[in-house]
Amino acid sequence: MSDEMSAIFREELRDLLESLEKGLLDLKSRPTDMGLVNQVFRDLHTVKGSGAMFGFTDLAAFIHEFETVFDRIRAGVLPVGPEILRLALAAKDEIPGLVDNEPDPDGRRDGILAALVGLMNPGQPPAASAEAGAQANGQGPAPDLPAAPSGPSHLRFRLSSGAFAMGARPEILLDELRGLGATEITADLTELPSLDRLDVEDCWLGWSMSLPAEISAQQLEEVFMFVDADWSLVPAEPAAPAPSGDAVAETAVTLHAPPAADTAPPPAAAAPPGAPAREKPADAAGATVRVPAERLDALMDAVGELVILEARLTELARENRDPALITTAEQITRLAAGLRDATMTMRMVPIRSLVARFRRLVLDLSDKLGKPVEFSVIGEDTKLDKTVIEKLADPLVHILRNAIDHGMETQEQRAETAKAHVGLIELSAEHAGAEVLIRVRDDGRGMDPARIRAKAVAQGLISADTILTESQIFALVFEPGFSTAEKVTELSGRGVGMDVVRRTIESLRGSLEIESKMGHGTTVTLRLPLTLAIIEGLLIEVAGERYTLPMASVQEIVELPADKAQPKKSGDFLDIRGRFVPFLRMRAMFDCAGQPGPEQNVVIVMSGENRVGLVVDRIVGTNQTVIKQMSKLHAGVRAVSGATILGDGSVALILDVAHLVGMGRSQQEPQGREVAA
Amino acid sequence: MSKTVLTIDDSPSIRRMIVMTLEEAGYKVIEAVDGQDGLNKALANPVDAVITDQNMPNLDGLGFIRALRQHPSGKGVPIVVLSTDSEDTLKTQAREAGALGWMVKPFTQDKLLAVIRKVLG
Repeated sequence: MSDEMSAIFREELRDLLESLEKGLLDLKSRPTDMGLVNQVFRDLHTVKGSGAMFGFTDLAAFIHEFETVFDRIRAGVLPVGPEILRLALAAKDEIPGLVDNEPDPDGRRDGILAALVGLMNPGQPPAASAEAGAQANGQGPAPDLPAAPSGPSHLRFRLSSGAFAMGARPEILLDELRGLGATEITADLTELPSLDRLDVEDCWLGWSMSLPAEISAQQLEEVFMFVDADWSLVPAEPAAPAPSGDAVAETAVTLHAPPAADTAPPPAAAAPPGAPAREKPADAAGATVRVPAERLDALMDAVGELVILEARLTELARENRDPALITTAEQITRLAAGLRDATMTMRMVPIRSLVARFRRLVLDLSDKLGKPVEFSVIGEDTKLDKTVIEKLADPLVHILRNAIDHGMETQEQRAETAKAHVGLIELSAEHAGAEVLIRVRDDGRGMDPARIRAKAVAQGLISADTILTESQIFALVFEPGFSTAEKVTELSGRGVGMDVVRRTIESLRGSLEIESKMGHGTTVTLRLPLTLAIIEGLLIEVAGERYTLPMASVQEIVELPADKAQPKKSGDFLDIRGRFVPFLRMRAMFDCAGQPGPEQNVVIVMSGENRVGLVVDRIVGTNQTVIKQMSKLHAGVRAVSGATILGDGSVALILDVAHLVGMGRSQQEPQGREVAA
Repeated sequence: MSKTVLTIDDSPSIRRMIVMTLEEAGYKVIEAVDGQDGLNKALANPVDAVITDQNMPNLDGLGFIRALRQHPSGKGVPIVVLSTDSEDTLKTQAREAGALGWMVKPFTQDKLLAVIRKVLG
């Protein structure tokens, strides 16, 4: 089988395994749901069938027993129980290894199979497993075959009366038999009824003929494999010619005109009048195309280049003041925007695909740790760019693991409080503007800010007199040095590897926050951009340099009042509709020489949950920002998340608002002030 | 005019294999993802033969055959059932439902072509 076919099969297998796992996990809570049982059975059946087709015979053989168990369940012979589900999940986990031909030196697979078979036949040794899945013959069991004849033989056959309706074509059979050397072919009209009882759509005929001696029963079986025919091969005594019996001779003539032609499909048949005009199902085969992910990436790159060139063209058109060129440029702008949106939509994948993995993780962990946990998911259909989804898996696994391992109390501890016996872990996803919020909430013991603080001081992350808000204290667990090797008790090992989680999320231009209440649980919120490739940007100018701020974080723009033009020692605040908003001077932060013009603007941005102003020299406008990654050399420059190419060919740095604000605050002495927005 | 074969299978791999094989041999192939989809397509297009899987969501192979045979245009269209099972029960059921024959998975491309030629002449 070609590589292409094998790749298609692997792709399909991935979907099937995902569906299989989800089905098995759902069965845990709904063991009597026959719809689920049927779905699991079908998935297994397809894995087996397709696997065998594409040469994965070991896989097919393995699945066979697995499938048989669910066939029994389907038939109501075997109930769904925890043991079956445990084994089934274990068996499911072996499938990728089987496909990749990984060896199984410990006989783990056989063990799982034996256990599965043991469930079906308590007390019996496991049956030989392989045959049905790997069976390669193309025929059903043979009818009683006479031994191969030694002399010229005689064949008779008769079709069932409904054969024409099934699409049988006796003339094809006769041609084939002629090809085998059949002679003296005679029609057998003995079964023909009288005209008044004759249904012309039915088949009443039989045939007889002589065949060369060397024709074997196997060859004939090949001929008849597709017809519901009674046939017999008899050694070559001169057979009685077809008796005309009580058949009506003249009807035979009519019947020789091949009735099959009448029943063949009409050449131009549209749906017949009686046929209901059903809507095409949305997921009909023709409506979906699978495309390798790299091609989507290439398409996105091309769209990015197009957007940059489009900006260039618009700029040129404006400079040249040529109305025709300007109109064309505007049309291209619209087209490019449409193309961009369509391409980005194509790359969107629901987080459902991720969640399936997590269900399993939560189940396994809660079993292992003996902490019963209910895992609920909200907003599975929320879509994100596929690259974001891929990179999100590890951080979320980490957060979920921490939630169960450290956040959740033991059963005994829960019993002492008024909490439900079963803990709750909730994963939710929702859109918020150009961002997606993913929350992992547990109803466990919560985090203790005092202990985290003490630990951070002990580890030298902060000095003892640093003033921090609660959310800043929780954010300490994301610091690289926080609680590494040391054994952490109920303070929770949330620090282990959490810095990696933060790095990953930030590499996706996202951010994360922890809220926690002692005794009530913890919520970790991830904010992620919808897409990584092109964003709506606000172009600003500071000391002659242009920068881009992601529009998603921009709330409003105000003028800097004249009385605020000079920095104050105590920190700068604006009064915006009765609320104090702290602001940062970008000239000061970037250490720019020279004086700003008389009119400066303040861009109010959201940084996490807070509103912060950024003072800039000038607002240039909005633009489609195609994000280009910074080189590795610039990895340490955290306030800059990337760069973009402007219409005039120059480069503007894309600012990371969260880091920019953090940087500004740490430059401002020394209070780390927090102002409620 | 080239003959049209409808292939009904919930497995994209199997469909792909059938499409590749038959198209290479000059047949036109229509794909359907389950019995219901297959029925809609069989009634909307003139098809010369059908190759259908048995185990599928929405409407299984037997259900498809029974439903198709109810329609005037569905009579006389040869239907071949694919199955991994080699039991006689399915074979009998398929025949009773109106299938012409059946083919056991796995099958080779040659086998598939031989079967289609046998069915379509």
